[in-house]
Amino acid sequence: MSTDTPDDAAATAPDGADEAPSRAELAARVDELEAQLSESTADDGAKKMSIIATKGTLDMAYPPLILASTAAAFGYEVTVFHTFWGLDILHEERSSDLKLSSVGNPNMPVPNVVGALPGMDRVTTSMMQKRIDDNDTATIEELIETSLDMGVEFQACQMTIELMGYDEDDFYDGVRTGVGAATAIQDMAEADIQLLI
Amino acid sequence: MSVNFDVTETLDVKGASCPMPVVKTKSAVDDLDEGDVLEVVATDSGSMSDLDGWASGTDGVEMLDQVDEGDVYRHYVRKTE
Repeated sequence: MSTDTPDDAAATAPDGADEAPSRAELAARVDELEAQLSESTADDGAKKMSIIATKGTLDMAYPPLILASTAAAFGYEVTVFHTFWGLDILHEERSSDLKLSSVGNPNMPVPNVVGALPGMDRVTTSMMQKRIDDNDTATIEELIETSLDMGVEFQACQMTIELMGYDEDDFYDGVRTGVGAATAIQDMAEADIQLLI
Repeated sequence: MSVNFDVTETLDVKGASCPMPVVKTKSAVDDLDEGDVLEVVATDSGSMSDLDGWASGTDGVEMLDQVDEGDVYRHYVRKTE
């Protein structure tokens, strides 16, 4: 097969050439798409992040708080929707007493059978707490206060507040209660980053 | 790298680890005026990558210089708007 086919021959559609859009139609289509693009990006400009926090162990409380405060530093509008055990992170009393279990985590220096013994959660938690102190890692309370100062919106899922038997006053000042899954979906739909933790 | 600038203010985040160097830098920059330069002094080795990433991903700030002194990391951030 010859490779030096004339350009005009290659540019001509072999069949159904009459179905090809005209230049004017293409130009109109481009205008239409450009209008749609500027409409969808013209929003309000702010980048958004939505996190769903579902875990309440000491180790799993950190990632949503670290990412939320850091994203806020980048200028993101951040919402963190706390549900089920994730509520404990926002619970003023319980957040200072989050536990770490070695059961189910083979990377911990405690065999699972030993980790299951009574009192072992207290041991693994204080091991972790000591490391946090030794490394000057921010505390959970510090991260919550910092995030609130930076404008992060913490939401406490109303359904699970009632399920867990908590009271709306149990949470840090500034935490938004009276919200449900629809609020979370709305935030996620508008967000540039969505995370389930 | 030699860049000419005067440091307006210094933020000491020695001892603090992720995410505090970035978070505190952001708060400190908010209190500055356009054109001001903030010096951030950290001991967290992750601050070299984190603060650079923060500066390039954030509007209104520019990373002028980063100096690794071994035990201390110095970062120079200009507020541009």
